[in-house]
Amino acid sequence: MQPSSPSLSPDSPARSYPAGGLAFPHRDLTGIGQLARHEILYLLDEAEQWVELNRQSQKRADLLSGLTIINAFFENSTRTLLSFEIAGKRLGADVVNMHAATSSVKKGETLIDTAMTLNAMRADAIVIRHASSGAVRLIAEKVDCPVLNAGDGQHEHPTQALLDALTIRHALGLPKGSDLNGLRVTICGDILHSRVARSNILSLTALGCEVSVCAPPALMPAEIEVMGVKVFHDFDAALKGAQVVMMLRLQMERMQGQFIPSPREYRHLYGLSLERLAKAEAGALVMHPGPMNRGIEIDSQVADHVERSLITRQVERGVAIRMACLEVLTRRARQLPGWEPLGGENA
Amino acid sequence: MTPQSLVITNGRLVLPSGEPAKADLRCQNGRIVALGAEAAPQDGDAVFDAGGALVAPGLVDLGVFAIDKPAFHFGGITRAALMPDQAPPLDHPARVRFAAQSGKPDFWVHPLAAATRGLEGTELAELALMREAGARAVSTGRRWIADSGVMLRLLSYCAMLDLVVVSHAEDAGITGQAVATAGEVATRLGLPSAPAEAESLAVARDIALAEMTGARLHIRQITTAKALDLVRAAKLRGVQVTAGVTPAHFMLSDLELVDFRTFCRFSPPLRADADRKAVIAAIADGTIDVIASGHDPRGPEDKRLPFADAEPGMAGAETLLPLTLTLVRDGVIDMARAFALLAGNPAALLGVNAGRLALGAEADIAVIHPTRPWIVNSDKMAASAGNTPFDRRPVEGRVLALWKGGARID
Repeated sequence: MQPSSPSLSPDSPARSYPAGGLAFPHRDLTGIGQLARHEILYLLDEAEQWVELNRQSQKRADLLSGLTIINAFFENSTRTLLSFEIAGKRLGADVVNMHAATSSVKKGETLIDTAMTLNAMRADAIVIRHASSGAVRLIAEKVDCPVLNAGDGQHEHPTQALLDALTIRHALGLPKGSDLNGLRVTICGDILHSRVARSNILSLTALGCEVSVCAPPALMPAEIEVMGVKVFHDFDAALKGAQVVMMLRLQMERMQGQFIPSPREYRHLYGLSLERLAKAEAGALVMHPGPMNRGIEIDSQVADHVERSLITRQVERGVAIRMACLEVLTRRARQLPGWEPLGGENA
Repeated sequence: MTPQSLVITNGRLVLPSGEPAKADLRCQNGRIVALGAEAAPQDGDAVFDAGGALVAPGLVDLGVFAIDKPAFHFGGITRAALMPDQAPPLDHPARVRFAAQSGKPDFWVHPLAAATRGLEGTELAELALMREAGARAVSTGRRWIADSGVMLRLLSYCAMLDLVVVSHAEDAGITGQAVATAGEVATRLGLPSAPAEAESLAVARDIALAEMTGARLHIRQITTAKALDLVRAAKLRGVQVTAGVTPAHFMLSDLELVDFRTFCRFSPPLRADADRKAVIAAIADGTIDVIASGHDPRGPEDKRLPFADAEPGMAGAETLLPLTLTLVRDGVIDMARAFALLAGNPAALLGVNAGRLALGAEADIAVIHPTRPWIVNSDKMAASAGNTPFDRRPVEGRVLALWKGGARID
């Protein structure tokens, strides 16, 4: 029997994280796929303090003072870049942004050369977004400092999945240390091209959720069910029993007949309207990683629904999650007690 | 300059059929002139003692992307069919003529003429003139000809010229920008992928057109069970279709892609393990006729990139023989068939009198220790780049000595 609402499992690892650096024995954050359940929870719990801080008028914590963080974005981004920049600055780090559009990448420099250049400038952490799956891992292999994945191709976007999990945990009023055991989550949209979907599937299933995914066949990856999700093409059926509905952004160029005949046809089948939301569990919560196509995948009445929409709260938790990731991953460089340098494969 | 007459003694000859048998072999004027009892050394002959090793035909590698002599010689390869995917493509008689001369004397290159201008798949190239210039077959290159009308006219024209058409079988409309086979691995890694049926669709069309025109069709790589079934059925109907594969597709499956290893990026991409096993079964039952290296050395500028941005291909010349010998060791095929796949069949497709130990054949000979162990090391390869997916793999089988046209290659 499934519990009707999530709860702190008796064996929750939050009650007993390993000591010191063993709580998070990774140099980089390349994906949720590399993390154990208790490591995901550790990052969520670490973020709680930053949610508190970010609500104060005085938002500075100078833990990373003197460290340099480079945000290397090889693909356009507004909110994720801003979120990482604010996170780094609130922790007191010197934050530098590198945009591919204005960099030597356009002049033909290879990704590895760019990575080596950033490395030679002695960054203390590098945040990377890139349009190719696996690009962040490739850079991580070549540099000496922690690397954070801010989205690589269609592969992973781990901080988005972490901020989503934290947002859900708060919306359900669950305390620090809680997982999301038994929660029914439906993810709908362009699953095929979505790194947000992959990271969320990994994180939500690790935290005990029952995850359903919904998309037209052309936008559903092959054998996605092996990731532990239920597969739907009918949105109404996918919504049945859902306690959280996570909508994905559909790229405009995929709605011009390549995958979907037209935006309005997509809205007809997969747009989240208030009427459709009523088919989910009573009081179901709505999420969207942004930016939204209002009136296509999500109606404004849903997106702006004060009790149901978590969309702006997601953005708020995003800063806290990124602060937690930057703070935890720089602990070894800052020589915190118990956070010895990693040996072997993680080094 | 005619090489000295040569007798190889004390070897076990790999003949077109039967188990390797102890016998001598004599070459004169670059050709094999005697086998067995008549091969006794005569005055002035050079004598090579094979010390009980295998004496086999030099390998004929049907479909390589670069001429890389040190790697070919290491691998016992004495002839290779060069893919037209060069810069610029082999779509002009002068380029074909140049390529045909580029390896001599100690390595023979058989250029494959580009089927269409610029390999664009739209206008036929000057195939008869390129045949005159030395092209041994015609190839669509790394791409499939998407326009069925062009493919039909190509096959009927090549049927008239009696040129084999070497085709790449992936339906481009389905593959698009795919770099992996649709399935769990591609889904987890978020790699652009296409269903394995992209291959069987392309094979089905090409077989239908070959059957219609009577052309000889060689599909350079067949890597899926469904496509192999189509070839098997077509052969039973008498269609002149042959099939090839590279060791990557019978040794590896798409599980190798985890960690985004670009040395495992191939075209066609690695398949599910069931397809890998189907390839082995097809090698065993004769559906597959050719095992080639697909040799394509690529440096870090092409491979040290995100997976989807990296170029496909592997440096395969050095590992072609030992990896094929794993099939002999595992009892999938016997030694004679191994060399039919590696030398005899590709030579026959190219219409060259080589690839087998027979009277009058070109004296392209490899002395091979079939079980000598060694470890593949991508840092120390003879090839011009070390992009092998088999790095650190222990293998067996090493070439001890090699002759091209009766002349020893050092």
